Amino acid sequence: MQYSAKVMDHFANPRNVGEITEADGVAEVGNPACGDIMKMSIKVKDNVIVDAKFKTFGCGAAIATSSISTEMIIGKTLDEALQLTNKAVAEALGGLPPAKMHCSVLAEEAIEGAIDDYLKKTTGKGLEKKKTHSHDDHHHEPDFHP
Amino acid sequence: MDNAAGTPMHPHVREAIIPFLKEGFGNPSNLHQFGKITNDAIRIARENVASLINAKANEIIFTASGTEANNFAIKGISAANKKKGNHIITSEIEHFSILNPLKSLEKSGYEITYLPVDKYGLVHPDDVRSAIKPTTILASIMFANNEIGTIEPIREISEIVKAKDIIFHTDAVAAAGNVPIDVSTMPVDVLSMSANQFYGPTGIGALYVREGIRIMPFIEGGVQEGGRRAGTENVIGIVGMGKAAELAKTEMPQRLEHVRKLRDMLCEGLLKKISNIYVNGHPANKLPGHLSICIEFIEGESVLLFLDMQGIAISSGSACTSRSLKASHVIMATGVDAAIAQGTVLFSMGIDNSENDVKYVLEKLPPIVERLRQMSPLYNRKNNF
Repeated sequence: MQYSAKVMDHFANPRNVGEITEADGVAEVGNPACGDIMKMSIKVKDNVIVDAKFKTFGCGAAIATSSISTEMIIGKTLDEALQLTNKAVAEALGGLPPAKMHCSVLAEEAIEGAIDDYLKKTTGKGLEKKKTHSHDDHHHEPDFHP
Repeated sequence: MDNAAGTPMHPHVREAIIPFLKEGFGNPSNLHQFGKITNDAIRIARENVASLINAKANEIIFTASGTEANNFAIKGISAANKKKGNHIITSEIEHFSILNPLKSLEKSGYEITYLPVDKYGLVHPDDVRSAIKPTTILASIMFANNEIGTIEPIREISEIVKAKDIIFHTDAVAAAGNVPIDVSTMPVDVLSMSANQFYGPTGIGALYVREGIRIMPFIEGGVQEGGRRAGTENVIGIVGMGKAAELAKTEMPQRLEHVRKLRDMLCEGLLKKISNIYVNGHPANKLPGHLSICIEFIEGESVLLFLDMQGIAISSGSACTSRSLKASHVIMATGVDAAIAQGTVLFSMGIDNSENDVKYVLEKLPPIVERLRQMSPLYNRKNNF
C-alpha cells in the first residue's frame, strides 16, 4: 500500500492543526476501535466558514484527509461545505487506497457534525436531514476474528 | 529495524547460491551428472536444516514458505487423522496462516478451540490440558509470537498433549534460526519454519514431520519430498536455506547476544524518553530482537510513516496484516485497550543493526511522538483533566 504524494504532503505538513478557541461549531467523530478519531472545530461569520481546525488520532490517511478538508471548507458557505463529499476529498488528495476510503468518510462526517453543532447553537435546531453513509463507504478489508 | 517482516540475505548465503544460478541446472531427479550435483546440494541443505532443530534429514520437507508449511501442517494432519476425531486446539494469537486454514476447517465440520493468553501473551499449559477432548486430534501452538515476541512454554504444552497421544504442531517461523530449538528433547511432532526469518532467501520454508506421524500430501504429483510435496525442487531456495541454517546454528550465541543487547538498549532508552508507553510481550521469555511497544494517544501507522521519512523502517504490527485497519488480534488478545492497541509499533533487531542505529531511533522517535500527540484529540483530553 502506497500513499500519493499529496497525501504524504498533507500528512507530513498538516494544515490547520489545533482547536479554535470559542469555536462556533465542534464535532468529534470516529472511535478508537476503528483506529481513527477526528475532531473538527469551525468559526462561522455571515453564513461562511472563516476558519477550521482539526485534531486527529489516526493513520496517515486520516491526518491527510482532515488537513485537506479544512482547506477545502474555509471560505465556503455552510451549504457549499455540506455538499463536499468524501469522494471529492479523496480526489483532491490524488486518491486513497481502497482500505483507507473510510478516512475520507470520517472527514465528511466531521464537517457535517461541526455545522450541525453550529446550527443547534445558533438556531436551536440542527441539520434537518443528515446525509446517510452506506456501510460500503466504510470499507474494511476482511479480517479474522477467532 | 523490521527484521520480523523478513531478514536480509546473509552474504554467505548469496555466495552459496550463485554457483547454482550458473551451473546447477540439472533436475535433481535426473540420473546424469548434472542431476547429481543438485541432488547432493539438496541432501546437504536438508541435513543442515534438520540439524538446526536437531531432527533427522528425512524428517524435513521443503515448502515454498512458512505460510505453506503451516497450511500443510493444519490441513495435512486434520485430513489424515479425520477418523480419530475432529477437534483441534490452538491459541488466539496464532499467525493468520494457522488461523485462516482452521477457519476453513471449521466450515467443513471440525471443531476448533481457541485458547486465550495472559497479558504477556502466554498460553497456559493448564488451559491446554482442560481443552483436550476424546475427539482431539491436533494441538497447534506457536513457538514464539511474531508480533510481541513471547516464547510459549512449548516443552510443557507438548508433553501434556503427547501424554494424551495427540499430535502436536508448533509454528516456529518466528523462532527457528533465532533461538535454540531441539526436537530430540521435546515431543514436538510437526514444526514449521521459514528461511527468510534467519537470513536465508524468500520463497523457501520447511516442515519438520517426525517419523511415523500421519500427514496427507500437500501437493500431489511426483516423488519429490517423499511424495508429500511434489514438484521439481526449488534448488536455489533450498541451497540458500541450508546455508542460512548452518550459519544460524554456528553463529546463534553471538547473534542472540548482539540483538538482545541492542533491543534492551532501545527499550531502556524509549522508556526513559517517552511517557505513556507500554512494552508488549513477556519481559523475559521473548525473542531476543523483538520490541513491541504501545504508544498511547497516537496511532502506529503515522509513527511508521514519519520514521520512514527519517530512513528508519519499522512495522506497526504484523507485516502480513498491515493492510487491515483493525488493531492487531495479538495485542487485543493480551487485553490491551483498543485505543492503546492502535498505537502499537514493532522494532525487530537484526544482525546488521548497530548501536548507532539504536541511538538514531532514540534521537528521532521522541519528537515524532510529541508532534503526533499534539495533533491527537485524545492527548488533549488527558491534559484537560
